Amino acid sequence: MNVLILDYLEKRLVFVTGKGGVGKSTVAIAMGIRAAMEGKRTIVVEVASTENTSRIFKQEEVGYRELEVTNDLWAISIDPDDSMREYVLLQLKVKAMRDLLFRSRMFTYLADATPGLNELVTIGKIWELAQPDRKIRHGRRYDLVIVDSPATGHGISFLQTPRTFANIARVGPMHSQARELEEMICNHNLTGSVIVSLPEEMPVNETAGLEAKLTGDIGVSVDRVIMNALYPDRFPKKDIKALGALGESSNHELRSVYRAALSQSRRSAAQQEQLTRLKEMVSTPISTLPFIFEPEVTLKAARQLAEELA
Amino acid sequence: MPSIDEIIEGRDICICAGSGGVGKTTTSAAIALGMVERGLKVCVLTIDPAKRLADSLGLEELGNEATRVDPTLLKKNGIEGKGELWAMMLDAKETFDALVARHAEDTEARDRVLGNRIYQQISGALAGSQEYMAMEKLFELHNEGRFDLLVLDTPPSRNALDFLDAPTRMTQFIEGRSLQLFIKPTGLAARVAGRGASVVLSILKRILGFDLLADLSEFFTAFSGMIDGFQERAHRVNTLLRARETAFVIVCGPQAEPLEEAVFFHSKLIEANMNFAGAVVNRVRYRLGTRVPKLKALTADIEASGVEPDLADRAARNLIEYDLLARRDNDNIAGLSKRLAGDPVIRVPYLDTDVHDVAGLCEINRFLFADEETRIELATG
Repeated sequence: MNVLILDYLEKRLVFVTGKGGVGKSTVAIAMGIRAAMEGKRTIVVEVASTENTSRIFKQEEVGYRELEVTNDLWAISIDPDDSMREYVLLQLKVKAMRDLLFRSRMFTYLADATPGLNELVTIGKIWELAQPDRKIRHGRRYDLVIVDSPATGHGISFLQTPRTFANIARVGPMHSQARELEEMICNHNLTGSVIVSLPEEMPVNETAGLEAKLTGDIGVSVDRVIMNALYPDRFPKKDIKALGALGESSNHELRSVYRAALSQSRRSAAQQEQLTRLKEMVSTPISTLPFIFEPEVTLKAARQLAEELA
Repeated sequence: MPSIDEIIEGRDICICAGSGGVGKTTTSAAIALGMVERGLKVCVLTIDPAKRLADSLGLEELGNEATRVDPTLLKKNGIEGKGELWAMMLDAKETFDALVARHAEDTEARDRVLGNRIYQQISGALAGSQEYMAMEKLFELHNEGRFDLLVLDTPPSRNALDFLDAPTRMTQFIEGRSLQLFIKPTGLAARVAGRGASVVLSILKRILGFDLLADLSEFFTAFSGMIDGFQERAHRVNTLLRARETAFVIVCGPQAEPLEEAVFFHSKLIEANMNFAGAVVNRVRYRLGTRVPKLKALTADIEASGVEPDLADRAARNLIEYDLLARRDNDNIAGLSKRLAGDPVIRVPYLDTDVHDVAGLCEINRFLFADEETRIELATG
């Protein structure tokens, strides 16, 4: 199948962010399917153990391993504890030393008490996945890593973690590693981000705020805003007028037809208003995805969205 | 199914919890407004209100203190009487600073923490700090006794557990045994300085670097005098959360995922001996009839009423798609009710427009503050 190459999938690492409940996971998976269609070896990374990927692909839990869910598309759910073990081993090189450390109470307490450490090792694992030469043995090389990131507030502090740590540890190994992660996040050639939004008041406001924070404080490139779940404009005003008589019908079902059409038309108009607001509020290119009229997001729907991505 | 005022009757505190994007802020504001209409003095505490909603309540300059919403704004929407609506926006860092100031033995100890580089980096970002600070503020306001009802719009947590665990995690962090390891004279602080470096310490040094270990040690030492104060306070906050005065309302959406989260949160509330009062499901598509519409027959019926064929077809398909989603909502919520074992579930319909002003909140309250029969009549009649 011939698909248009999308500019924002040309990077090696893409963070998908947005307010809670806007459909980040679905969009991240659709992006993954699309990239795989373009022939890129792609991995979709979950960081909050939501297991949305396994839900959509009807797989057993993805968990902390790289699992091929469809052609050229892998998925992993990063668990901070596992990342920590892997990270420490990469540092120490000796398993026995790592195990000694993990058995010591002092280390467990320190690891639990140090704020942001989980986020840091999670980003460390993302960095490792995105390396052309993987650090773990027999690591698969990916063309593209897509991260289904935490929602807005947590997402911002998530991406800020490397800088926070680089500042906390002024010198030493922790400092240089945190600095390397920060450089990766801020490298506009290699790394980008996509903000998912909804055509509603609060998500639109948050998208604008998020764009400012990501491009400003954090310094990550924002390559696309995706307005998700947009209603089609099915009933222009004259149609609603033409259906008006049904609203007075003695037949309950016909009254429902009118009611549903009216509601659809009003929602659609309100959504267009929000889309206009979004265009005024952000400077990133915006593309849209249609609302899926299905009870649950299925693989079929995700594939449809993958084709609709622009 | 009762109305929201019956559910929270006689409580001092209503905590609205749920995952992000389900309309928690709006529901919290609507509940507060509805109780004001019933004559109470209410304060709604929020972390991050939508700008237009905040603007419409006249809250743009809101800080960490409660501010009264202009009564004329309420009067314009037909809300009069002795009730008062107050609101505040929580600032986690400011609350944390105030807490440190309260528990510090003296100004020197306070400044040592506030001035600590690591504290400055993490006090806003510490896992659970937003959640804990929200509870802390709630506790403080409850103690002052200025309000009849406090409504808390919980911060958008990654998951609901972040909220319930916050006091425990906070005390663990502040008091934790890790801390004592650092401050005992024979503990880490001393060892970092070089005496009796154990194997583990040398491994740690290799990973973290000497300077970071020393800084961390200093950070934990700065907190050492405040452990008892923090501990005692967190204990009282925890007690209040479990008291009769406090009711939890779970807010969610009708899709499978937020509902699952709601059921999970409900079980955790019960487990933690907290008072679950009921669930509010937002954006519900009520079924407009009991029959599943059939395309052919329905299109024919519409055409028979004088609508041209193309429009009749589109209008029929539109109702069918609506009904598909409405049946999903119906099934999902029936499943929720079953798993909540008969505890109240209030369905607020998916309104045609966004809610971002007092009028919109009043619209929502027609459903929140009605009984189930009235709700169905309003949504489908």
